[in-house]
Amino acid sequence: MTGASLVVTDLHVEFSGFVAVGGVSFDAHPGEVRFLIGPNGAGKTTCIDAITGLTRGTGSARLGETELLGKQVHKIVRLGVGRTFQTASVFDELTVLQNLDIAAGLHRSSVSLLRARRGVDPSIEQALEETGLAGELATPAGILSHGQKQWLEIAMLLVQDAKVLLLDEPVAGMSHDERTATGDLLQRIAVKRIVLVVEHDMDFMRRFATRVTVLHQGKVLSQGTVAEVQADPKVQEVYLGTAGAATAAAMAVVPEAVAETLKLTED
Amino acid sequence: MTKLKPLPSLRGIAALSGIAMFAVLLLAVAPAVLSDHWLNNLGKYCCWAIAAVGIGLAWGRGGMLVMGQGVFFALGAYAMAMHLTLETAGDRVPGFMVLYDPLAPLPAFWEPFRSAGFTLAAIVVLPVVAAGILGYALFKRRVKGAYFAILTQALAVALATLISSTIRETGGDTGLSDFKFFFGFVLNDPANKVMVYLIAAALLIVCLLAVWQFYRSRFGELLVATRDAEERVRFLGYDPANIKLVAFVVSALMASIGGAMFVPIVGIITPAEIGAAASILMIAGVAFGGRASLFGPALGAMAVGWGQSSLGSTWPDGWTYILGLLFVVVILFLPSGLSSLPARFAAIRRRPAEQPTPPITAAELEEVRA
Amino acid sequence: MDALISQLLNGSAQGALLLLAALGLSLTFGQMGVINMAHGEFLMLGAFTAYLVQQVIAASDLSIPVALPVAFVVAGLFGLLLEVTIIRWMYRRPLDTLLVTVGVSLILQQAALQIFPSQGVPVEKPSWLDGQLNVLGYEWPLRQLFTIVLASVCVAALSAWLKYTSFGRRIRATVHNRDLAETTGISTRTIDRLTFFVGSGLAGVAGVAASLIGGTNSQMGAQYIIPAFLVVAAGGIGQLKGTIIAAWAVGVALSCFAYWTTGSLAQVLAFILVIVFLQVRPQGLFTVRTRSLA
Repeated sequence: MTGASLVVTDLHVEFSGFVAVGGVSFDAHPGEVRFLIGPNGAGKTTCIDAITGLTRGTGSARLGETELLGKQVHKIVRLGVGRTFQTASVFDELTVLQNLDIAAGLHRSSVSLLRARRGVDPSIEQALEETGLAGELATPAGILSHGQKQWLEIAMLLVQDAKVLLLDEPVAGMSHDERTATGDLLQRIAVKRIVLVVEHDMDFMRRFATRVTVLHQGKVLSQGTVAEVQADPKVQEVYLGTAGAATAAAMAVVPEAVAETLKLTED
Repeated sequence: MTKLKPLPSLRGIAALSGIAMFAVLLLAVAPAVLSDHWLNNLGKYCCWAIAAVGIGLAWGRGGMLVMGQGVFFALGAYAMAMHLTLETAGDRVPGFMVLYDPLAPLPAFWEPFRSAGFTLAAIVVLPVVAAGILGYALFKRRVKGAYFAILTQALAVALATLISSTIRETGGDTGLSDFKFFFGFVLNDPANKVMVYLIAAALLIVCLLAVWQFYRSRFGELLVATRDAEERVRFLGYDPANIKLVAFVVSALMASIGGAMFVPIVGIITPAEIGAAASILMIAGVAFGGRASLFGPALGAMAVGWGQSSLGSTWPDGWTYILGLLFVVVILFLPSGLSSLPARFAAIRRRPAEQPTPPITAAELEEVRA
Repeated sequence: MDALISQLLNGSAQGALLLLAALGLSLTFGQMGVINMAHGEFLMLGAFTAYLVQQVIAASDLSIPVALPVAFVVAGLFGLLLEVTIIRWMYRRPLDTLLVTVGVSLILQQAALQIFPSQGVPVEKPSWLDGQLNVLGYEWPLRQLFTIVLASVCVAALSAWLKYTSFGRRIRATVHNRDLAETTGISTRTIDRLTFFVGSGLAGVAGVAASLIGGTNSQMGAQYIIPAFLVVAAGGIGQLKGTIIAAWAVGVALSCFAYWTTGSLAQVLAFILVIVFLQVRPQGLFTVRTRSLA
């Protein structure tokens, strides 16, 4: 199953005449942590929305041989494409176990849905171990910390056996240690899966990205490894234009400060 | 499947013993203690309670405010009433039809209801098909929240108007009444009346058991999840429309069963019992008792039913005010109904400063933003 | 052809009445997201106001023009009272608002039933509405024309108010982004109250028009509420032009169906028509496409 890649070709998304994404192409493969970055309004989240069927897009987004565009949201999920949202969205009233159980229920028969749960699926235990939530099994998701909620979302993607994980700002609002833990987690799960991360946090991107796609005003500005992208004069220009504070070279030198500036201007 | 989770079974036993207690009260104590008149009344409340249990499932757990359950109540009630009318009329055309046109034959859609088997099947199949088509159409198009409520209410108004205007076919505003037999049993016989009551009460217990199983099943969790965050459920690979459809169809079926038993117990069915006002009355009981709880809807419906048939006839003006105030006060101050009171008191005793906030579903918020 | 034109004209008048009833709803429901099931009873209040004004000013020629603004204020004040006492607590619970206002509507209906004769009260039509106007070879009752003119004036006034006055601009700002509006110094509480006052007041105006066409009794509001909601839903939330077209279409449909079948069957058919339409276009006639909030 390691073969299939996510290939997005010439993706267009329009809102009442406004072109949010105008011809974006990129691909993501199992084994890499792929980052999608860009200033606010660049169309990062809209790309994910289009791939997952939340907004209508034209062009092509293929997982292996299967075209995703034009399919209903839940059918795309059943093909193995899972996503998280900018604001952690878990079922607050249900416990961690119940949240995971619902996510794992995707491939259950309808009859088994009518029965009560009798035990914990092995896949759920595995996901709990992986994300470090094993101790929170019976905790209502609503009282988890912000970081734990994000991990629970990732765990839900794991138990639903997603081949593609589209993560929308997974480390926003996390402490430094939590970011590191999340980054390590992403690199672990990316071994067998496609992981695509939309992020503002440049430091996080530099530490954990395998490859990066930079979007700007709905178009791909640059693509490559972290070093390649940072050396790209077009990227330097865009970030100079929006942040107005530092060159891309300086970004490498004082990462935290610039990342903060970028986040401030973008939020 | 490695570990067993002991927590829910404890609550499960409590709920089951609650149902058992309720069953003993309704099936053994009530017939022994109550007069014929009050037993008959209790039977009527049971019918409303059956419909209310379904509303609890659809609205309390599923977030679908079904304001037109009168439609499905009517399907069961009129199916039963047509059969009983034909049974009473024997080979002849029912009396009220002769009144308007002595020579015209029985309308074709009445004919199959001569058969007891067909009638019983219709009581089950009609609401399932009707709710299935309606629900499929609405949920697939993501009609929800207030829209759904208003549309279902509109259907109840439309059906009541239709029945009112087809006097010869359905009895119009006077409805169908004067049933002498109930599947061969003479309805006037007190023993048979007790039997009809027992059937209604038993059906109520069955419906309670059914929702109890629904609530503790994975489907129940999924339904609550859909109520609170429909979009999120979609991104877990489920189609929320299907989940809601199941709950809606089951609630329609229960309304139909309630309607079917209403007819032999009360002895008359009119458009007034199924229209907008009647549908709202069903909601009132559920809101009063506690929409999302197991017993709340049934007990609330019985309480409101008692108010409607006793206060409603002795003090009709006052009763309407009480009903109106009931809506305002309960929804405003006690959105989870009376059944949430014990938990509230417990919470207040534990931390006096903090009040539990009423639940706001994500679906409702989304509705405002849309 | 003649029959068709007469149904078209007749339907336009019915549509105008529906539009009047729906106009206030499209403001409170469309702009504020509040589902006020007592809106029909505010319409009833307007009709009874027309009757009461007539008790003071016996000359019906004068009393109806006087009743219009009075009904607006009376119904508006009741709406304001409802907002201040109940609805303000429920902005985050739209479905519950619907149920609470069902309760309010029951109470208002019952109160009207006890205050006024149960069979209703007569509202005298002014003599200047007796005549007829020749339109396309068809004698058009002035009474119907009056409803259409009244509806047009209300629509024009409402849209001008929303567009050109600072209050109107503040309402629209609050609708678009409540938090942002607050930070720019708009008192959203005042805006809510004002919007509700105007929306309910419009129901009062509709009530005066309704009193000239049908009976004035405690049940009249219940007749209008569901059709009015369907019109707003079919027109598209917060879309004034959608509401206008939907009201007209439903009016004409009602009139044509009533001509072909019977009045009550026409209602059933019109309901079903709207429901089927919402099937095809759940967002109503007009919508603004935006990036959906996940």
